[in-house]
Amino acid sequence: MGKARTKVILYVILILLAFTMLLPFVWMLSASLKLNKDVFTFPIQWIPQNPRWENYQDIWTVIPLGRFVGNTAILTVIVTLLQLLTSSFAAYAFAKLDFKGKNALFLGYISTIAVPWQAYMVPQFIMMRNTFHLNDKLTAIVCLQAFSAFGVFLMRQFYADIPNELCEAARIDGLNEYQIWGKIMLPLSKPALSTLTIFTFVNTWNDFLGPLIYLTTTEKKTLQIGLRMFISQYSTEYGLIMAASVVALIPVLIVFLSLQKYFVQGIATSGLKG
Amino acid sequence: MSTHVKTVSSKGRKRRNNLIAYSFIAPNFIGFAVFTLVPILMAVGLSFMKWNGSAVQGPQFVGLANYAKLFTDSRFKQAFINTVIYTVATVPLTMITSLLLAVILNQKIFARNFFRTISFFPYVASLVAVAAVWNALFSPEKGPVNQVLRAIGISNPPGWAVDSNWAMATLILFSVWKNMGYYMIMYLAGLQSISPELYEAAGLDGANTVQKFRYVTLPQLGNTSFLVLIMVTIQCFKVYDVVLMITNAGPGTKTLVLVFHIYNVAFKQWDLGYASAISMVLFLMVLIVTIVQFRGEKKISN
Repeated sequence: MGKARTKVILYVILILLAFTMLLPFVWMLSASLKLNKDVFTFPIQWIPQNPRWENYQDIWTVIPLGRFVGNTAILTVIVTLLQLLTSSFAAYAFAKLDFKGKNALFLGYISTIAVPWQAYMVPQFIMMRNTFHLNDKLTAIVCLQAFSAFGVFLMRQFYADIPNELCEAARIDGLNEYQIWGKIMLPLSKPALSTLTIFTFVNTWNDFLGPLIYLTTTEKKTLQIGLRMFISQYSTEYGLIMAASVVALIPVLIVFLSLQKYFVQGIATSGLKG
Repeated sequence: MSTHVKTVSSKGRKRRNNLIAYSFIAPNFIGFAVFTLVPILMAVGLSFMKWNGSAVQGPQFVGLANYAKLFTDSRFKQAFINTVIYTVATVPLTMITSLLLAVILNQKIFARNFFRTISFFPYVASLVAVAAVWNALFSPEKGPVNQVLRAIGISNPPGWAVDSNWAMATLILFSVWKNMGYYMIMYLAGLQSISPELYEAAGLDGANTVQKFRYVTLPQLGNTSFLVLIMVTIQCFKVYDVVLMITNAGPGTKTLVLVFHIYNVAFKQWDLGYASAISMVLFLMVLIVTIVQFRGEKKISN
């Protein structure tokens, strides 16, 4: 009796929460298929009578959405690959090799995780502009995102749990360190690599402030700042704005849904280990 | 003679091992040093300089002038206070809602994985896109939220993001909604590490659901809650893009926050030295929280 009542309360709360989580997305989808004048009709018409699929055609010509998507895709892929490669490479040395200055170097990495990027974004921009002439270049965003201390830390934690005997045995078999990294550590670290992939992918795809500071010409813009520009220019074109927003959501949603197991694991381990 | 050869070769091997290790670290470390370490040091240096970023006229040393300016800049004071208000309200709300979500989604319920996945959508979704939806939903005149409020008899509903009494609340509400899925996962991991025997024992002692939650779940989640507290706090200190998209720091300076002020001072007024001084305040705030975390973790592990 008491149990049944608890269950009912549970489901009521759950459904309320599910509504608050999902309703904005449903509304977005529904509005993306409407004419501007119908977006705010009340009561809300959840399923539009004459769905305006043209919205999804028009956005590609009203703004250079294809260009934005392309820029963001290139950026995200390069950053993610560089991040995975350099982090797992460095993490191998920190986890499995002995060398001079190891602790000091690792401490250097760790202590900068605590420094908020927003605290040094200004001198970083000036350095990129004055020294490397990278303002308004996608390369600048790659440099910004691809060498994070977080990646090295995450991979090192994972490698540290792999038994040293495995590396020793490989060394006796005549493998050099690069082969051990490539043939033994990398295949074993799929969960950690997937976690890092999804974090880096989502962060780079959705990054806003970095591209906002660096990328000024329209052809260079990423999806997020391009979308933002569109929203402020055509603030009343609700149907189109919502269609563009749906397009911006889809890639992340696909990556998330296909790798979500690792995402959840990643958050859980980063939580447990601090 | 033979020992001499041995030490030379072992020295040589050591040097070789060092070189191999450095070759593993170099690709990441060089990028990290140039693009992160150097700017961090520059930020400290710049906070004592006056400079507009021009390559022609270099920075000028001005001592503590930028730090002195902090005390006379009313916008900085407003931004600091707003950041604190935002943090103080967002942290507990995020913690409560994400814990509630986690507790429910840890039960054996129908379509559990589906619910877990959708509660994560707001977090992975692009901020620009979901902010656009929120602005439309909470639009004061024609937005569905206010239409519903009027329909149920509230004739004068709040103006949300453009209402000076409600702007901060709107911002907080949105932030909680956007991020609670992330911390829900952390709580979920915490819940799953609680031994079922503890609940069985509590059940044998006659504890009901509420008592089990109060005397078993909450104390066992101490570590997780502490970590969530730290993470949300730091995240709140660094808030910028949400503010830009929901309220644009307005109305007036009602929702101006620290990073927003840094951005304006640096990239609109080109007062890089002063912007770096404000950045140091932000860094100090995060540093204090991080030190608290270190102390707390030591206490917990002892």
